[in-house]
Amino acid sequence: MKHNAVTTSAAAQRTSVYRPSIMSRLKRDKWMYALLLPGLIYFLVFKYVPMWGVLLAFKNYQPFLGFWKSEWVGFEHFRLFFTNPDFFMLLRNTLVLSFYNLIFFFPAPIIAALMLNEVRIALYKRAVQTLIYVPHFISMVIVASLTYVFLTTEGGPVNEWLSAHTGKTVDFLTSPDWFRPLIIIQTIWKECGWGTIIFLAALAAVDVEQYEAAIVDGANRLRQLWHITLPALRSTIVILLILRMGHVLDNGFEQIYLMLNPLNRENAEVFDTYVYMMGITQGAFSYSTAVGLFKSVVGVILVLGTNWLAKRFGQSGLY
Amino acid sequence: MAKTYRTPAGITFDVFNYIVLGLFATAAILPFLYVIAGSFASDAELTKRAVFLIPETFTLNAYKFIFSTDTIVKSIGVSIYVTTIGTLVNLAFTVTMAYALAKRGLMGRNLVLNLVIFSMLFGGGMIPTYLVIRDLHLLDTYWALMLPGAINAFNLIIVKNFFQELPPELEEAARIDGCTEIGLLLRIVLPLSAPVLATFTLFYAVGHWNDFFSSLLYLNDPQKWPLQVLLRQIVLLSQAAAGDLNSMDPNFVKPPEQSIKMAVIVVGTVPILMVYPFLQKHFAKGVLLGSVKG
Repeated sequence: MKHNAVTTSAAAQRTSVYRPSIMSRLKRDKWMYALLLPGLIYFLVFKYVPMWGVLLAFKNYQPFLGFWKSEWVGFEHFRLFFTNPDFFMLLRNTLVLSFYNLIFFFPAPIIAALMLNEVRIALYKRAVQTLIYVPHFISMVIVASLTYVFLTTEGGPVNEWLSAHTGKTVDFLTSPDWFRPLIIIQTIWKECGWGTIIFLAALAAVDVEQYEAAIVDGANRLRQLWHITLPALRSTIVILLILRMGHVLDNGFEQIYLMLNPLNRENAEVFDTYVYMMGITQGAFSYSTAVGLFKSVVGVILVLGTNWLAKRFGQSGLY
Repeated sequence: MAKTYRTPAGITFDVFNYIVLGLFATAAILPFLYVIAGSFASDAELTKRAVFLIPETFTLNAYKFIFSTDTIVKSIGVSIYVTTIGTLVNLAFTVTMAYALAKRGLMGRNLVLNLVIFSMLFGGGMIPTYLVIRDLHLLDTYWALMLPGAINAFNLIIVKNFFQELPPELEEAARIDGCTEIGLLLRIVLPLSAPVLATFTLFYAVGHWNDFFSSLLYLNDPQKWPLQVLLRQIVLLSQAAAGDLNSMDPNFVKPPEQSIKMAVIVVGTVPILMVYPFLQKHFAKGVLLGSVKG
């Protein structure tokens, strides 16, 4: 009995020390909650209300009726979208751009980082790095503007040169065939340098002794690259690949929108720009919400799926 | 170690490597040099010579024109306003929330953290967000450019992690000296986090200056447009400076459109190039790198 009493009081004491009551904890941390509140309201209003707003995709939203009174239509908007010939154009454009991106852009920063890693004049390396990071901070509007200024048929230097040397001009900006190469070139110009940072950081973590040991064993530079440098980059490459896979349907709204025009639309229109056109320009809120929801859901599945795959193959994964 | 590099193949590779990297660096900066040169060039020269880096005749006509139009000057003002206030909003929201989330014993902390992380994975998308902004009556106000992106979830988590790593002894000492929670944040935590916060200030500010999407979506009134939107109008849609063109001084010699376009591009780029050395100082230190993996 006595023994029991002791344990109870000990337990009570422990509770009072480690587990104050809910009310007293709330009271103790009242300032903390006050600080948390603006941020929490931000996430609820600007992130979670719109998440709940995707229900619009299953309604027939009428502005004069409002969200609540608009009637439910189930999957009608999805059915319309999937049977619309535009759907295949959007899917094709989106996937082709992502595929080009993966083939032409994705390896570029890796190659650039490997090249920078071979530079042994520190000053030269730093100078190159300083310059190649600059375009990352330039707005997409400026990038598109530069593209226009260079490539326009009305006095742009590229077409001036072409007409002087070949007698012909190429209408890069409105040609559907030139749209994808232009987007990829813009992306490489803007982001390749910045993309090297993460790989250079991974390379900086490699122990120099490994290279010294490899040289003693008679490994030449190619062998060192293959057996030491590339394995050091593997986990970074896998993580970035997962991220890229998850965003296969995101082509970057601003860039596409700025380069899009009625003449190159057949190759240029992607899900994001279509949502903008249907929703904001034409006011088909429910239909465009359905398109956006389709895109987000596929995106989440892709992120979680590639993450799962990466884990199965022994990589650490992201989530 | 250097010995193995002195094979003929090694030397060839090195030369090739240095040249290619040099070209890459040049390509990154050349468009700016060309546009800057073109913006100072004369009418005749731009039509005569396609590519040059030093104009034969130096003229400020394009800039005189830009700064004599109401629309462009006003849009620069709007961009500066939105960048300044928007960055302050970002910092206030990010720091307060990060500080609260950094406190380990806080009830509900994990729930809120999970809410934040989930919002990085899934979002309502363009239209539902637009309708929220509309229903809050924020359309055509500058708040629509500042509030919807007030906290970047990624930055929030990095700042939170940084706060968590500050030595707890500091907090205890300050408390014993009678410091309140708010005092602790203002007098101890913020001064210690100055370098990290400077980094985020710069990144948020660059984001606001470069933002085009929010204005396109939420601002219908051309009177309220920031520079990036006007830049698109002038360069991409070639509606040079809207209504102002005709109300100009009749004696003013109109420069070629190309040089005006170039001058506007320069005006949109120069602020970024000016803060770039500071930016580089911070990201070169790798402040942001450790957290890329979330």
